[in-house]
Parts: sequence; C-alpha cells; structure tokens
Amino acid sequence: MDFRDSPEEAEFRKRLRAWVAENNPGLPVSSTDDEYWARQAEWHTALYDAGFFGLSWPSRYGGHDLPPVFEVILDEELAAAGAPPRPSLGYLVQGIATHASDAVKDRFLPGLISGRERWCQGFSEPDAGSDLASLRTTATLDGNEYVINGHKIWTSYSDVADWCFLLARTDPGVPKHKGLSAFAVPMHQPGVEQRPLRMINGITKEFGQVLFDGARVPAKNMIGEPGEGWRIAMTIVSHEREPGEVGYVARYAKTVKDLEKAVRTDPGAFRRDQREGVAWAYVQAEMLRLHVRRRLSERLDGLDHGPGGSIDKLLMTWVEQTVGTAALSVAGSDAVIDGDVVALKIYLYSRAQSVMGGTSQIQKNIIATRILGLPAA
Amino acid sequence: MDTRYTPEQAELRRTAHQLARELGPRTVADLDDGKRTRRLSEAVRDAGWLELRHEGADGGPLASGVEAAIIAEALGTAVADVSFAGPVLAAELARRAGASPIDGAVVGFSPDLVDVAVVSGPATTASIYAVDCAAEGTAAAYILVPEGDDYRLAHVQVDGASNSADLTRPIRRLPGGAPLLPVPDQSRLLTRADLDSWATLGLTLTSADLVGLMRGVLDLTVAYACERRQYGVPIGSFQAVQHLLAEARCLMEGAFSVTLYPSWAVDELAPDEARGAGRVAKAYCARAARAVCETAVQVHGGMGNTWDCIVHVYLRRALLSSRWFGDDGEQLQQLQRTRLGMTHGLS
Repeated sequence: MDFRDSPEEAEFRKRLRAWVAENNPGLPVSSTDDEYWARQAEWHTALYDAGFFGLSWPSRYGGHDLPPVFEVILDEELAAAGAPPRPSLGYLVQGIATHASDAVKDRFLPGLISGRERWCQGFSEPDAGSDLASLRTTATLDGNEYVINGHKIWTSYSDVADWCFLLARTDPGVPKHKGLSAFAVPMHQPGVEQRPLRMINGITKEFGQVLFDGARVPAKNMIGEPGEGWRIAMTIVSHEREPGEVGYVARYAKTVKDLEKAVRTDPGAFRRDQREGVAWAYVQAEMLRLHVRRRLSERLDGLDHGPGGSIDKLLMTWVEQTVGTAALSVAGSDAVIDGDVVALKIYLYSRAQSVMGGTSQIQKNIIATRILGLPAA
Repeated sequence: MDTRYTPEQAELRRTAHQLARELGPRTVADLDDGKRTRRLSEAVRDAGWLELRHEGADGGPLASGVEAAIIAEALGTAVADVSFAGPVLAAELARRAGASPIDGAVVGFSPDLVDVAVVSGPATTASIYAVDCAAEGTAAAYILVPEGDDYRLAHVQVDGASNSADLTRPIRRLPGGAPLLPVPDQSRLLTRADLDSWATLGLTLTSADLVGLMRGVLDLTVAYACERRQYGVPIGSFQAVQHLLAEARCLMEGAFSVTLYPSWAVDELAPDEARGAGRVAKAYCARAARAVCETAVQVHGGMGNTWDCIVHVYLRRALLSSRWFGDDGEQLQQLQRTRLGMTHGLS
C-alpha cells in the first residue's frame, strides 16, 4: 500500500499542474451555468490535445494506457486548481470497448475520446425510467439500415451531439430484457427532433429530449450483437455509477474549497451549524476521494462490471447532497433573496444526483439483492 | 499510488479474521466464558500483535499502521474481548520516548477520553482512565509530565474495577491522588509532533475497530433478515428492510476506504497532516458506525433490544471506539480550527 505518487505519477502530476495553471478556462461551476455546458467541448479537446484525457484508456483509440489511478491525479489536480472536472464519458467508452466489434471500436472510440465527435446516451424514455427494460423506442430493419421511432429523455448534451448511444427494441416478440439492441445513431438527420429541458436550477443545456421519427442508422452501427442491448446497458450504467469514471470528485472538492475559503474570511460571522456543515462536507468529499483511490487501485486486479458501482453511486450521491446542503447553508439569506446565487444552483442540482444514473432506491434494491444476497421482494 | 494490501497484508488480514472469528464471543453468554477469553488473549499475544509498534532494528516500529489497523478491524468484526489498541498505543508512546514498554501497560486518559492525561506534580489531581487494559490485577498506565515545550513519560498504577459501557474492553478509573512513578529508561522527551503521530495511531485504530464492528454487525443482521420470517416470508425480502441494510453496507465501505489513508499516513506523512487524515476518518467512522449499529438493533426488532441478543455488544463497543480519541463532533470541531481558522469561540 502506498498513497504516495510513484516517480512516474509525480512527474505526470507536475506536468499536469503546470499545464492547468496556464490553461484553466475559468468556467463557472459545472451544473450551475449554461456557459459551462456551452464550452465543455472546448475544455474536452484542450485536455485531450494536451495529453491529459483518456489516461487509462487504450492508446490505440487515443488514450494513454496508463494505470487507472492516473485518473485520480487528474481529478485531484483539476480540483486543486479550481478547474472544471474532466468530461464524463468513461461509461460510454467502457460500454463500447467491452461489447463492440473491432470495426465499431475503430470507427467510434477515437472521436469519442478526442472530443471531435460528441455523444449523447439515449436510454431513458418518458415511460421507461427506473423500469428501463420496458422502453418502447423501436429499431426496425429495412434493407441494410434500421429505422428508429421513439422518444428519449434525460439525454445529456443531445443538442450538441453528433452521435447517440441508443438503446432500442429490435425484437418485440421476446421477453422485454431480451429484445433490445444498441446502436450508434447519427444525430444530424431529418428524423431527429430536439426538445430542450429546463432543470429546477435553471440550466437548459445539459439535459434534453430527443424524438426519433423515422431516423435511420446503418446496420453496421449496431454496438454488440442483436439482443445484447440490455447487457450493454448494464455495463454502461454500472460505470456511470462510479465516481472514478465520471470525475465528479473534482467538482465536489472545488465546491468545498470555495466554501472553506468563504468561511475563513470571517469565521466568527458564521453560526456553528454552518461551519460544522462545511467541515462535514470536507469529510464527505475526502471520503469519496479516498474511496475512488481504492476503487481505481482495485482495478489493477482487473476491471469488474459488477453491482459494486451501486455502492459508489450512493456514496457519491450522499457527498453531492451534503456539499449542496452546506453551500445553501453558508449562503444564508442570499440564496433566497437572489435566485441567481451559485449556491442555490449547486443545491438544486444536487437533488438530481439521487435520480440520474438510477435512483437511490434502485441502487439500494441492487445492493440488497445482488451484494447482500437478500431475497427478492 | 496503489491502495491495495500487499500479499503479506492480505494474508495477515485472513489470519486475523479467522482467529477473531474462532475465539471471539458468538453469544452474550460467551462473554463470561473465562476459558475462551484466556485462549483469545493468549492467541493475540502469541501472534505478536501486541508488539507491532515495538521498536524494530531500524529504530522505527516493527510493523506499520496498516498492519495494526488490519488487526484492529479484524478484532472489531468479531467484537473480540481482548486488549489490543490499549497496549499497542502504550507501546507506541514508550517507543517514541525511547523506553522499553512496561508489560501490560496501557495509556491513562483524561476524563474526556480524547487526550492522554497530563500531570504536573508528584501525584495525580483528577481521575485518570485506563482504556482497554487488563480487567483484573494492577496495570500500569502511562501519563505525561510537562517539561518545557515537551513531555516526559511517567506512569501510575491502576487497580480499580471497570464498569465500561463496552462489554468487551474495560475502562478502569484511578481517582486523583495517585503517586507518579518514573519511567526510568526513557532516552527522549516526547514532542508535540510525537503526540500528533501517536494520536493519529489512536484515531486509526479506533476507526478501524468501528469499520470492523460495522462489517461484523452487518453480516449478523443480513443473516437474521434472511432467517426471520413474518407474513410468511423472510423480513429481508421487504424493501424497507433491504434499503436500511443497503445504506449500512455503503457506510461500511466508505468508512473502510477513508480509514486506509491514516493507517498508511501515520508512518509516512508529516505528523500534523497525518492527524488531519485521522480526524477525517474518525469523523466519518463514528457517524457511520452509530447509524449501522442502530440499524442492526432495529432490524433485529424486539429481540435486538434484549440483553441476550449480541447486537448491543457491537453498539456498546462502537460507543467507546467513537468516543475514544474524540467522536465526530470533536473531530469536526478540530477540523473547523485547522481548516476554517476558528481559533476562538468554539462552543
């Protein structure tokens, strides 16, 4: 066991720190401002071009083949510099890398990792949220293309996406989990309609709805085999639930740092419960940072797509909501006098963490039955 | 950076868990089985675990904080009623003072159980508490005597009875007026930095004990939820019960992750930085363990509230491990001081 950087890690950290100091775009806290989402692509390509993105992914596709713990260093340095977190794409990369043919991997992974081609994830539907397998979007074979019809929702970055990682029903005649397939669907075509969503904190650029009305996708863009969609989706969501894969640790650490700074200017001006809330947010954020170090170290023994991500997701949710609550508390009356105060937006956004990527209740069901081995309800 | 146990540490962990499981109490009645407790304490002694922090050939401890935390967690998992952290923490103080440890010695604490007792003058003036010591006979408890900016090690003889809330580890009180006895062979004074490092080990071992308690009580409770039937089905099939246990599992995993860091840091980072890591771990573990043990009592229902159900043995031990070296409230207060610049008015 060694928490210290190896010589290679230390060298990397030094190089990264120097680069971030020069290239921090000074974006507003992600999750609070549309400007962040508008300029995220710029940040992604800047990180990638400097050699600081896709650290643990295969070099064949533009990654760097580094051990997973380098992702921790990236998150820590971004947080320390107050820079934006790395774009959250790891779960799509894992989904394609694990299940797709070499041809599909060669075609799509480089653009996904470099940020030159932008992606969204079309899983949830208005009537298929927690019960994802009941989704109704269809993909019907027509010659060497599939024709897509359906309605997707909570599709992050759909309005700027070039491709959608779409889950659709290809076989309505088999049980619901077995009739699904996954596709890389081009978003720039006539049968795709965008409908933005405005979230409770006012942001409009992160989440969207997409209507597919006769959109077409070449059959060769299928990811994995026909009927493999559910298995692929489970790989993706298991990683979408891992803080080490989505890089949120940097976002929480940055907020905690800002809160500590605010209190330090005049500690006596804050009530005991406000200060204690910030101290507890620090404890929680540190726990998650160390938990990610542990999880990414464990990956040196081999990658696991199992239910453990549900534990990580719940821990991450508690951290985000603890930090959000502390931000609201420290802001005091400002957060209600002025609806544009960042702390209010951080707090309101934090409420979504216990829903997105599978609700906390779904995570607890998974932990109870698949990790603790309790009998199914 | 690699937070995994080495193969040797993983093997130690297996051995420690096996020993604790075999010789620890399975029932409340087992706590009174003197033959078993003697075997347990001999096994811990024979394994050399009480000497982990004795001086090695290089002047440092024989084993790192990681090994010590592995044992503490294993003993917590089985609510093993044997002295471990008490003697190990005493040996840590003795080594830092360049003294050979007195056999069976523990550390004497001030009444808040947060700090080692500091005594000026020839005799104690307030009560001193010897935590995790032998239950009977006399025992030596180390205390500190100020000398300039540093401290000299001394000891007192403790012989009172224990009425600890923790049914597995005694706390014996020594009333004021006890004479200070010298520790003649010490070759160094203890500095603030020594005490920071020592406290980090205390925060680590109590946190690791709490992680073990969570692990052990959760295993018991999951097994009970699978076996106990109401409405014709196991209560573990009810979502309300499942969600409580799922939350408990998450808290245990987070507590384990956060405790690894100070267990390593105690020997590797600057003393104040390591102590900060220990405070974070302890704050998290104290809150988590309380929640997990309370869930365990709840899921055991009426039986969980009876003396003969072993779950309260876990809860009671968690109360002591939380309080010893400071609970979550204490750690958060100290973090406010170190991170938020609260130098006064901390009330």
